[in-house]
Parts: sequence; structure tokens; C-alpha cells
Amino acid sequence: MLEHIWLIPLFPALGALTQLLIGRRLSNKAVSAVSVGLPGLSLLWALGCIVEFFRLPSDVHVFNKVLYSWLPAGAFRLADGSLSNLNVHVGFQLDPLSTVMLLVVTGVGFLIHVYSIGYMGHEGGYYRFFGYMNLFMFSMLVLVLANNYLMMFVGWEGVGLCSYLLIGFYFQRGSASDAGKKAFVVNRIGDAGFLLGVMLMAVTFGSLDFQEVTAQAISGRFPVGSSAIVAICILLFIGATGKSAQIPLYTWLPDAMEGPTPVSALIHAATMVTAGVYMVARSNALFILAPTAMALVAGIGAATAIWAASIGLVQNDIKRVLAYSTVSQLGYMFLACGVGAFGAGIFHLMTHAFFKALLFLGAGSVIHALSGEQDMRKMGGLWGRVPTTAKTMLVATLAISGAPLFSGFFSKDEILWKAFSSPYGSLLLWLVGFATAGLTAFYMFRLFFLTFAGQSRVPHEIEHHIHESPKVMTIPLICLAVGALAAGYIGWPKILGGSNHFEHFLEPVFENPRAMPGFEHAWQSEFGLMLLSVGVALAGFLVAYFWYVKRPETPQLVAAKARPIYQVVLNKYYIDELYDALFVNRAKNLGNALAAFDLGVVDGGVNGVAWSTRMSGEVSRFWDTWVIDGLVNVTAFVVKVMSYPAKLIQTGGVQTYAWMITLGVLIFMAYYLVHF
Amino acid sequence: MIPTSYYILLGSGLFTIGVIGVLTRRNVLIILMSIELILNAVNINLVALSQYFRSVDGQVFAIFVITDAAAGAAVGLGLIIALFRNKETVNADEIDLLKW
Repeated sequence: MLEHIWLIPLFPALGALTQLLIGRRLSNKAVSAVSVGLPGLSLLWALGCIVEFFRLPSDVHVFNKVLYSWLPAGAFRLADGSLSNLNVHVGFQLDPLSTVMLLVVTGVGFLIHVYSIGYMGHEGGYYRFFGYMNLFMFSMLVLVLANNYLMMFVGWEGVGLCSYLLIGFYFQRGSASDAGKKAFVVNRIGDAGFLLGVMLMAVTFGSLDFQEVTAQAISGRFPVGSSAIVAICILLFIGATGKSAQIPLYTWLPDAMEGPTPVSALIHAATMVTAGVYMVARSNALFILAPTAMALVAGIGAATAIWAASIGLVQNDIKRVLAYSTVSQLGYMFLACGVGAFGAGIFHLMTHAFFKALLFLGAGSVIHALSGEQDMRKMGGLWGRVPTTAKTMLVATLAISGAPLFSGFFSKDEILWKAFSSPYGSLLLWLVGFATAGLTAFYMFRLFFLTFAGQSRVPHEIEHHIHESPKVMTIPLICLAVGALAAGYIGWPKILGGSNHFEHFLEPVFENPRAMPGFEHAWQSEFGLMLLSVGVALAGFLVAYFWYVKRPETPQLVAAKARPIYQVVLNKYYIDELYDALFVNRAKNLGNALAAFDLGVVDGGVNGVAWSTRMSGEVSRFWDTWVIDGLVNVTAFVVKVMSYPAKLIQTGGVQTYAWMITLGVLIFMAYYLVHF
Repeated sequence: MIPTSYYILLGSGLFTIGVIGVLTRRNVLIILMSIELILNAVNINLVALSQYFRSVDGQVFAIFVITDAAAGAAVGLGLIIALFRNKETVNADEIDLLKW
């Protein structure tokens, strides 16, 4: 199976082709069979490949399958003057890191496809939805299985395209198509950074293969802090901030919630937005050589984590809270990568994929039950009405808040511990992460209590229709809940008597002799930090409980007291407005100016040429009418004038002719008389 | 016996009168009659010269001319009647359709 690893992305590609070519003619049942079946096959094939990968000899950590040479660029001179032979292949690589990503993408992706059968069942464009979803799966699998940066970039652009298509799925709604455009344009900015990074990499290393680049980076050819490497890392990270919604390019993700909820779960929570984290982790050997870039990654990550969490505190749309939560959690992952704990970042990526997908699907189930209502102020008291959804949501909420023994607890604590203890970390980074953990627990329980606890605030006419979602939706919820609960156990830390299998598993990818050596810390400090973060999560939970369950009038009072601050946060710090003023409107003005230039100068030139041609035609016509035709007419006139005397003879009168005959005869006779 | 020259002079006079009639009169009927005069002047010449040359050819030819004149008169009168029906006139001046 491993030899045919390329089949994994191929299956969903076939599904996408089917749906987008003939899907319109297929029944909904056939569409679901094809488009859920093929990702299912992909999942099975991936599992087969992974089992085979584990059976490889224990010193083999990478399986590389090159299909064919894609861009044989030939020999060219590198930045340092040496000759190199750049050859980009279409090839697939399986190593511990891509194994994790592969499992997340195919596993969570398949569950969300199943869920979509129920969620999208009554929507128009069913085949279109699944076509795009399958296309997304294909692109994402290319992204995580690629063995070089350029192929990764192909997947990267593919998922961006699918994200655009699916955000704008309800394209009749102006806000949805605007959100799609925004996501695409903002991602474009990041993608430009990524592409520049890849180009710089090509002229620095002469290769784009992960293995080759990593080997060169570790070999010591480049010193730590080498400017080319720092530039590459920063450019790559710009790409990551676009795709993974980090400051300053995070604004598209909350708007992306205009798409259908399964899309939010799959693309904007579990898989696509984590591509940036994956890419940074994949480039870990480069980042280790660029401490400046590492600090930037950690700083941006931490800042994004607390910034987005603070916005999430006050949002009222259930999906927007989750969107800001996603941005914030992605910040955590970058924080981890930035302090050199790539394993912890990927660990959090994996657990986050489970619980955030579950949260979104749960929110989707609630929205489904409430006939499309997304405003949490019009929810409440749903605990008994949608029991399965509520229970699975509780599991996910506990997991993301970092409740002990749930998956988020292990991954988040590992990140916080690394932020504190790593040679790249600092107390400040830990403090920001720690505060974010408290905010996270608060806004997640706020969401949970507003939705499921207390008195129902559902409008009367919707109240009747509240129903638990069908099995096809609840079973994926249960599967994900199991994941959200248990996915953390593979990374059970040493301090709690485990052995952190996950980190050992990823070690071959992240092992780097050039990384700064860590210091030894007393186990008490790790344990102490763990207790502290559990404490802050508990505090967040308690505040949420008192504010939203015990005394539901408190939030209004607090908001009224701190009105200016509340307004600023509710309006997302007016960042969108700032961007509009600084960049969007400038760009529009530039566009208008160019349009004016086009209309005035370019079109004017063309019109001028047309005008002069027309005028020369006029001159030509004048010559023709008056000179050429004139000559002909003059000739005719002369002939006419000269004919005038001749025609006088022809009177038509018989006697005139008789006279002429007579005269003629007389003349002849006279002639004869004279001569003979 | 009357000398032949008298006949010739008579024929010439008749011919001249006929020609002047054709050329000067406006009435088509008169023109037709003038043509008859011309023909008969020729007949007189033919008969007189036949007598003079002791040959019967001239007299035979005169018979032909009389026949031809009769036929011509019939056709001419028919034409004049058709013309009068169309144009309501027998004036040669007004029959000038062939002018340029």
C-alpha cells in the first residue's frame, strides 16, 4: 500500500471530478455515496500505509515515493556562487510528522463528510458542496504528503481556493461572497510571502526537497542567524500568518464563518488553518538556524492567542466565538513552534483538530436544531432538548479549557511548560499563554452556558421545532468526542507517570543537534505550572458559571460599567475598519486611478487612431466624389453638349424627312448635271 | 400625233405638283393623294415611253404600279384611320413621336 501512497489524495480528487462534472445529474444518495465513500477509502488506504510505515525497519524514519520529475530546472548558480541542479519532483513523503497530519486530515475529514450528509441534506447545491469538499481533501492531502516545498505550495493554494469557494458557498448572500473574497485576498498576501520564501530557498539550497533542505540546514553549512535563512524563515512565516490567521492577517477567519458549518469545522478549524503550523514545524531545521524568526513566531503566536481570546470573550454569534477561539489556539501552536517545541505544537494541532471540529459540528447541530439561529442571546436551556449534542459539546469545552485528563490539558500544558522552560522561551511568553488559558476557559464556558444552561431564550415559533439531529450527525459527534477525550493520552507527560509517546514518535523529525540545549528543570516547577494553569482554567470556569448561570444579569452590569472598553472589544478593536482605511481603500483608489488611466489614455489612444483613420477615409471620399467622379461627369457633359446640334435634325416630323430626301435627290441631280 | 416630249412634260409637271404637295401640305390625306399624283406621273411617263420605244414592257410596269398604288392607298388609309383613332388628328405636324 505504501508504494501506492499517491492513491490517498487521488480518491477525493476522483470524487471532486465526479461531482463537479456530472454531480448535477446525480441523486443526493449517489452524491453522498461517492463523495463520502471516496474520502472513506482514502482514510482506509492511509491507515494501511501507516501500518506498513510502522513495520519498516526501526532506523528508517522517512518513506519517500517519487513519482516523476516535475520541474527539471537544470544547472544554475546559487546565491553563494556554487552550481546546483534544481529538480522538483512530484513525490510523496511519509514520516512521523506527515503521519500525524494524514491521520487528522483523513480521520476528521471523513467524519465531517459523514456529518455533512445530515447537515447539508436540505440545502441546494448538495453536489457542489461535496465536490468542493472533496477537492479540499485532495489539496490538503497533497499539502501534507508532499515531499518538497513547491508541491506543498500547490496544495497550499488548492486549499485556499476551496476555502474561498466554500466560504462563498451561499453566494446569493452578499456577506458570504464578500467574506470569500476577503479570505482569498488576505491569504494571497501571505501566499506571496510563502512563494518568495520558496524562491529564496531555491537559490540558497539549490533544492526544495524537505529531506535535502533539512540535511543541509543541519549539516552546519549555514551558521546560526545566517541572514538568508532568517529571511527565508520570516517569509515562510508570513505565509503561515495568512493561512493560519495570525496577527496581522487574522481578520479573514472570523468572516469565514459565513460558510456552511461543516466547512468551518473542517477547513477553518481542524485542517487548513493548521497548515501554517505544519509548514513551520516542517521547516523546523531552518527555524532553529534563525533565532530572530523563532522569536517573531513565538511573539506573534502569543500575541494572537491573547488578542483573539479577548475578542472571543464578548462575541454573541456562536460560530464567531469559535472562530476567535480557533485563531487563539493557532496562536498557541505558533507559540509552541516559536519556543522550539515543535512536537508540542503538532500535539496541540492534533488535539485541537478533534475538539475544535467537535465544537463546530456541535454548534452546527445546535444551529440545525434552532432552524438556523446563530445568536447565543436567542439560545439557552438546550441541555435536555439536544442531549447528545450537549454532552459531546461539554466534552469538547472541557478539552479546550484544559480540564485535567482531557486532550487539551496535555497539549496546552506542554506548550505552557515549554514556553516557560525552553531556552527560546521566557516568563513573558508563559504569562501570556497562561492568561489566555484563563480567558479560553471563560469564553468557552460562557458559550456553553449561554447555549445549554439557564432559561430558554429561544423565540416561541422556533421552540416547537427544536429536535436532536439525526444519527448521521450525532455519530460523528460521538466519535470526535472520544477523540477529544482520549487523543491526549498518547502524549501523557513523564511528570504524570507517562512516557510521552507522541514526542518520541516525532523526535526523528524534530531532532536537531544545532538547537540550543535545554536546561534541566526541577520536576516541581513543571508540576507547579500545571497546577497553576488548571487553577486559572478553573477560575475562568467559575467566573463564567457565576456570571451566566448564577447571576445572568452580571454581564450587562459589567459591560455597562466598562462601556468604552466593551464597545472597542465588541467591535474587534476596529481592526477591520483600520485595515479598510489603511489598505483596502487605498487599493481601491489605486484601482480607480488605473481605471481612469485606462479609460482616458489607453482607450483614448485607440479612439484617436480610429478617429484619424476615419478622417483619412473622409479625405479619400472627397477626392473620389469630386475629382474622380467629376472627371467622368465632365467627359459625359462635353459629349452631351457636342451632340446638341446633331439632334436638332431629328424632329420626328415626316415632312422634314421628306424635305431632306428631296433636297438630297436634288443635290445629287445637280451634281450629275454639272459633271456629266 | 402628239410628240412624246409633251407627255414627258405633263408627267414632270404632275410629279412636281405631287412633290410640292407632299412637302407642303399638312393633312395626311392630302399627302397620300399627292403620293398618288407622283405615282400617276410616273405611269404617264412609263406609258408614253412604251409607245415611243414600241415596247410593251412600260405598259406592263404601269399596270403593276396601278396595282401597287391601290394596295398602298388601302394600307395608307388604314394607317390614317388607326392614327386618327389614337391621336384624334390627321395633321402631319403633330405626328412627331420619333423625334429625339
